[in-house]
Amino acid sequence: MKYKAKPLLPVTLPELRVVGKPLRRVDALGKAVGATLYAGDFTMPNMLHGKVFRSSVPHARIARLDVSKAQALPGVVCVLTALDLPGGTLATDMPGQTGQQRRAGSDAQVLAREVVRFVGEPIALVAAETLDIAETALGLIEVEYERLPGVFDPLEALKPGAPVLHAPDNVVASWQIRKGDVDLGMAVADLIVENTYRAPFVDHAYLEPEAGLAWVDDRGTINIRVCTQVVEHFRSIAQAVGVPQNQIHILGTMVGGGFGGKEDITVEIFLALLAKHTHRPVRLAYTREESFIAHSKRHPFIITHRTGVKNDGRITAAEIEMVADSGAYPYLSPYVLLYAVVTAPGPYRMENLKVDGKAVATNNPFTSAFRGFGAPQACFAYEQQMDAIAAVLNMDPLEFRSINYMQTGDRNATNQPITSAIWLEETASRALEALGEKTPPSALPAALRAGGRDAIKVGRGFASYMQSYGRITWFHDTSQAWVGMEMDGAAVIRSGIPDLGAGQINSVCQIASEVLGVPLDRITIYSTDSALTPLAGTSTATRQLYMSGNAVLKAAGEVRKVLLERARRHFEEDLEDLDLADGRVFVKSDPEKGMPLSELVALCAAEGLPLANLALFTAPFTARLDPDNLQGPIFPDFTFGAQAVEVAVDTETGEITLLKSAACHDVGRAINPTAVAGQIQGGSAQGLGYALMEEVQVEDGVIQTPSLAEYLIPTTMDIPATQAIILESGSGVGPFGAKGIGEPALTPAAPAVANAVADALGVRIYELPLTPERVLAALDRARQAGIFSIIWGERAWHFRKVPGT
Amino acid sequence: MQPKVITLKVNGRRHAVALMPNVTLLYALRDLGYTDVKNGCEKGDCGACAVLLDGKPVNSCLVLAWQADGAEIVTNAGLGTLDHPHPLQTAFADTGAVQCGYCTPGIIISAKALLDTNPHPSDKEIREALSGNLCRCTGYDHIIEAVRRVSESASQRTHPPTRSLTRFLADSLTHWRCKHEVQG
Repeated sequence: MKYKAKPLLPVTLPELRVVGKPLRRVDALGKAVGATLYAGDFTMPNMLHGKVFRSSVPHARIARLDVSKAQALPGVVCVLTALDLPGGTLATDMPGQTGQQRRAGSDAQVLAREVVRFVGEPIALVAAETLDIAETALGLIEVEYERLPGVFDPLEALKPGAPVLHAPDNVVASWQIRKGDVDLGMAVADLIVENTYRAPFVDHAYLEPEAGLAWVDDRGTINIRVCTQVVEHFRSIAQAVGVPQNQIHILGTMVGGGFGGKEDITVEIFLALLAKHTHRPVRLAYTREESFIAHSKRHPFIITHRTGVKNDGRITAAEIEMVADSGAYPYLSPYVLLYAVVTAPGPYRMENLKVDGKAVATNNPFTSAFRGFGAPQACFAYEQQMDAIAAVLNMDPLEFRSINYMQTGDRNATNQPITSAIWLEETASRALEALGEKTPPSALPAALRAGGRDAIKVGRGFASYMQSYGRITWFHDTSQAWVGMEMDGAAVIRSGIPDLGAGQINSVCQIASEVLGVPLDRITIYSTDSALTPLAGTSTATRQLYMSGNAVLKAAGEVRKVLLERARRHFEEDLEDLDLADGRVFVKSDPEKGMPLSELVALCAAEGLPLANLALFTAPFTARLDPDNLQGPIFPDFTFGAQAVEVAVDTETGEITLLKSAACHDVGRAINPTAVAGQIQGGSAQGLGYALMEEVQVEDGVIQTPSLAEYLIPTTMDIPATQAIILESGSGVGPFGAKGIGEPALTPAAPAVANAVADALGVRIYELPLTPERVLAALDRARQAGIFSIIWGERAWHFRKVPGT
Repeated sequence: MQPKVITLKVNGRRHAVALMPNVTLLYALRDLGYTDVKNGCEKGDCGACAVLLDGKPVNSCLVLAWQADGAEIVTNAGLGTLDHPHPLQTAFADTGAVQCGYCTPGIIISAKALLDTNPHPSDKEIREALSGNLCRCTGYDHIIEAVRRVSESASQRTHPPTRSLTRFLADSLTHWRCKHEVQG
């Protein structure tokens, strides 16, 4: 079927000078010439090297821990264990925010005290004069374990009698949606389709392993220079180290990729403890292997959809069960699960909906935030389910979805009215249209045509999604920004925004440039410092443009008012006839009439007018929802979009080759279109990796793939270009109508690939990643199951003809 | 093991350093302050530590410092500065090829080595030349665009190419993945 782009409702966006332009990002050239310093690049005189001693077993009582030999090694300055800690546990919740949900007694241990619950759990810290000595010291630490039975499968962990990690049971979080009448909805359905989908552990695999440098300054403050998404962790660090919160100073650096993996505390507490105990600067940098073992993973999910539909394609009810593996400690699992539960049905009208989600503790590596935060797993399931249903109904997948897509003005699964545009068919049809003509066999890459084999099947698929941006509204999220003018007409922003590489700081610079008329290259930003820059909240949850963009917009707007008011008196013109641009104030009706900003600033300064402003932006605050039905407002807003791909599947080898990829997202307003395209293409690449190759293999709690040669992420040779199609509805709650795109960009890629593979083969694969082995196994099952399955998939469909219809 | 005094010639500077035989070029360079050479894996998997060694790209984590004794080493920071960036560095900044920036110095080194031997590569050749460099942020599209932009402009010729040997790309940097093994 050929797809035509659905026409867009006309949108009038204000003409802007800087915002919306594909300008060079303020951080780009420094990084390109290698001048940017990352956390691992800093050293100090008299510096020590830190190392972490970790558990080698997944579940055990520590029978004996003896660090005396390590302590005695010449060059070792200190060895710390749990006995040296004042607190001992690590509060892993949303730092500095209210409305939290964490089960008592399940916090991670900074250093294991009596029991270890996963391989890699920290047990002791070493600081030594050289890295070699520190590494040697690790080998001298003696530990005897009394092994405890482990549990490595969340479904096993739910069974009575399973080993319990955190009393009373392994369920560390659960959420439910109850909306409408599911029994009634199922009763009126013509058909019920049930499938179970599975997603694996995935690693962030940012190029920069975790690193930091800490020192105690002349007033006793512990300074920590670190790559982090969250400078507000200073609060939890202070608690863990046993000092007042104002005695921890986080100096964030440019982050060499975060994607959620640097959202939890990594090296900070270890550094603080070692610096405090040694009174010397300490550097701690993880190797790649330690990075794999030490930081969180994306949650594996098992998701079962049971969907009732009418023969005409209308969905009448859905029942969805989700089980997430939280690993040994919850970290952010309660919220990841919540995001997954809220987006479980996808962007579809579902009046009768029941979702049950559980996050379950196991002795596996712990899981926490990863770009998408539960939404990609949910999308992988619901978008395959949509294609599966369409196949049973013998309907076109887009046509089937269009019957059920939410429309602008609709409410979501939690019954929250969506205030922004819901462009689902608009984005899906454009992504599909962009694929162009289906690749004929003659145009396949040479490697696939070799030998003239007819084993290659070409297929297409797409996936739509909806995804929140901004924090859960009962967390009471805020961001602050300070914006000021300098005497020469330049401007300064101070805001605690960590920049992960996605363009977080550049966006707010373009916004300030727009508002103040100061050219982008004359704007300087100081950011990601917990003490010296106003706290802007975390670079997570696709919230920085929304939150800090609005804070900068507000602060710059106040400064603009002062400048224009002074100019009004000077030029004796109407305020409405004055504007700021290109470093000048000028009269709009007579642009020659004006002056450089430096002169205007001088006029203001001569009167003591405020040339700077500190603004606080607050997200909407709502009451906490009942966890048993989750009905009510929960997020500030949502982003909508779609991705379409074309694949070639070799039915002899099982290999999948990606031929084409196009993604279309309504980003509300693109502050910097090049950066937005970069988010879309980068998100797509991670999603395509999720689809085809990425899996942290864990056996009995041990990671089998702790290197970039074993844990494969896409190279230039593995993925095609992703055509980024940017729509601007101007309807978001971010500055200038922007929505968030950072996390959503990843979400639709994997289900799009799965749907394309199913299109190519006539067989569906329900588990990520779509490895050659799984392709061949699916083909085998289909052959064995006969023609019925070749048409409808190898897994048994659960049909029920409703009595009386 | 005994240290040996070797000479590392980096970005036009000469350093006489006493190093043990097991010190990699990556560590030696970073200890000398060349922090633009990034440590991403220490196993030759990611390409973040790539430098030009006598004009050819190598993963400095896979080269012992002793092996580089007397050789000409060029790091990304040796190609240009904020005030005088190399055309590749400018193109990377302008096209959005830089996101977190951690892989960038290594990728620019690989791109430089490619253009030194093949000034007008096809997209496929660009992809092959950069296949030993992992990037987790960009999806590579803007990176390929940046290299193409430089290859299409005359400006690269105004920068003298560093000395280059012929096709060392495949065995020094190219990262053959399972995919290719499957294809045989």
